[in-house]
Amino acid sequence: MPALWIFIAVLVLAVLGFVLGRQRALAMVDGDSRHLHSLPNYYGFHVGIWALMPALLVLAVWLIVQPMLIDTSVKSMIPDTSYTTAGELSLVMSDVRRVADGLDLAVERGALTADEAMSLDAGATDVRALLGGVGVAIGSDVQPAVLEAAQAYRASTATGNMVRTVIVLLLALGGLGWALSRTAPDFRARNSVEKATLGLLIAAASIAILTTLGIVLSLIFNTIEFFKLYPASEFFFGTTWAPSFGGGSELGILPLFWGTFYISIIALAVAVPIGLFAAVYLSEYAGPKIRAVAKPMLEVLAGIPTIVYGLFALVTVGPMLVNVFGNEGALGLGWMSGGTAVMTAGLVMGIMLIPFVSSLSDDIINAVPQAMRDGSLGLGATKSETVKQVVLPAALPGIVGAVLLAASRAIGETMIVVMGAGAAARLSLNPFEAMTTVTAKIVSQLTGDADFASPEALVAFALGMTLFVITLGLNIFALYIVRKYREQYE
Amino acid sequence: MYDSPKSDSTVKHAIKIAANKVQVFYGDTHAIKDVDVQIEDKTVTAFIGPSGCGKSTFLRTLNRMNDTIDICRVEGEILLDGENIYDKRVDPVQLRAKVGMVFQKPNPFPKSIYDNIAYGPRIHGLAKTKADLDEIVEKSLRRGAIWNEVKDRLHSPGTGLSGGQQQRLCIARAVATEPEVLLMDEPCSALDPIATGQVEELIDELRESYSVVIVTHSMQQAARVSQKTAFFHLGNLVEFGETSQIFTNPKDPRTESYITGRIG
Repeated sequence: MPALWIFIAVLVLAVLGFVLGRQRALAMVDGDSRHLHSLPNYYGFHVGIWALMPALLVLAVWLIVQPMLIDTSVKSMIPDTSYTTAGELSLVMSDVRRVADGLDLAVERGALTADEAMSLDAGATDVRALLGGVGVAIGSDVQPAVLEAAQAYRASTATGNMVRTVIVLLLALGGLGWALSRTAPDFRARNSVEKATLGLLIAAASIAILTTLGIVLSLIFNTIEFFKLYPASEFFFGTTWAPSFGGGSELGILPLFWGTFYISIIALAVAVPIGLFAAVYLSEYAGPKIRAVAKPMLEVLAGIPTIVYGLFALVTVGPMLVNVFGNEGALGLGWMSGGTAVMTAGLVMGIMLIPFVSSLSDDIINAVPQAMRDGSLGLGATKSETVKQVVLPAALPGIVGAVLLAASRAIGETMIVVMGAGAAARLSLNPFEAMTTVTAKIVSQLTGDADFASPEALVAFALGMTLFVITLGLNIFALYIVRKYREQYE
Repeated sequence: MYDSPKSDSTVKHAIKIAANKVQVFYGDTHAIKDVDVQIEDKTVTAFIGPSGCGKSTFLRTLNRMNDTIDICRVEGEILLDGENIYDKRVDPVQLRAKVGMVFQKPNPFPKSIYDNIAYGPRIHGLAKTKADLDEIVEKSLRRGAIWNEVKDRLHSPGTGLSGGQQQRLCIARAVATEPEVLLMDEPCSALDPIATGQVEELIDELRESYSVVIVTHSMQQAARVSQKTAFFHLGNLVEFGETSQIFTNPKDPRTESYITGRIG
């Protein structure tokens, strides 16, 4: 039985368990639910959970573990002579799986009987043509060893699936029966459901955390791999970024890092003053009517996909800047030769960050107690004096936190850079020149056709890791500051 | 039952603030109805009354703090030294420097004690030199009866003081701008009895230089610190007169009910 059907069967059992548990509990007190410890539905949920949870857990683990076990045992069947490296072995193994899947398909279509599929001989039959006939293309002629392995693969998968079906369904039935047998008027079904809920919540939280851990680990391993192939000192201190997929690349992070830094600084120089002033206006001056309209409008900016900002940079801001600062520009300066430049990306990114800064700062400014403002106004200070000398200093740590969060967002931004800043890795002070950033280069290094084990592709992980460490540091620093600020009024 | 009123309560002082037919509206709610009251210089005037009777609202009209509330509207006239403070020519910011305010909860700024006091003088340019400012700070803290407690830590944060000290700091801060009238909105309601005693003592001293208006929920406090008392009920000024007379011989039956604890 396929996993999906098992899943549905277990679900049906769980629903059945719910109904049975509820009925049994009610029957035990002759339908008067006041004599039950918990509401009747809790008895139903209790039985349903016991039918569902153990069975589904085992099913999930089985789905992960079975292919790994079968892979290992089949791998040992492949003769050492047919491969030299781990990479080749994995290619052979994918052939094995393809052939096995093809045989499955052939049996399903009726091109083979089940027995024929198990006794097929690579010498006597043209397996490649046979499988091609049912729509499974195999790259080369099927080796006898591969066919044998594929047959073994099919056999153990079939057995495994059979055992899986039986065990999972037995578990579901067993859980159902056990929970049903525990159902009694004084059984605390409510508390037991509470525990299951807690378990569910913990599971959700741990999945989020484990995934983060997994991402970090995969970054770390690939980064280590990269540093085995390319010296770390040249990566961190090299001033040239010139990857060439033939080998002999120069992979210095400094030009990319400089681009990231420069664009982020321009973005923050745009976003922080505008966002902060907008926040001060919204929280201190705007009437409730204006606020009710203006705040959501500002936050709409945060909902625009960054690719749209990228288009805006490419189509509108870039040409506009060229018209002013370009060779034929209004100022006749000739600083800018093309639309893609640090300035273009920085300006647009700054616009993207405005709602970040304004929305967070607005919350923080609102958290400053009204008593502070009253105290200042009561001493004869004007509104702007109050904002400047009392409200902003009190909110400052929180605002710094908001700015740091915006900064880490700017550093991680990709799409606007790809479309607005160009792709040239360059160490230059002119903000009207094209440059590129760490994130944009990660994209171009991994989307190429490069061998995944080459330093040119692996460098993406080292870049990602560096970026991750920097933004993580910024975020932790920002959170630390925001938290420290919170304690001040409580 | 109450302390005897202050000995000089019968001395006649100049009228500092005169309110004529004052109405206050919050949107459609008529919060203050037809209030006429005369507040004398160098006198403590107490506003008493049950919660929601409008005494705090009326207090805040005296230095136009109600301007910060959008839906609030004031009619009638309030004369400070004969000049209507709701006249268009009057700058509310200047007015608030003249009519200082102390709030219910101590609200020192998250700055040093020194900067808290120096805040008003700096804004209004009262000090020409650093030495002037030092002098104003010391004088104000002495007036606030807190100098001895904080003179060694003027540059530590004002929020680190105890509640009673914070409230005296706020009084000192209000005094530092050289106001003519000091409004206090339940200044002791967040304080313990000992701190309350200290603040009350301070209020009595402040009377020598200022006209003080205090809103209080405690009738004992009104009796202890004030010479004049105004009783508010449901937005009306029910009775206004000498504190001794209000507490011993009220003319209006509602006043009597309130001070004997039958309403409110």
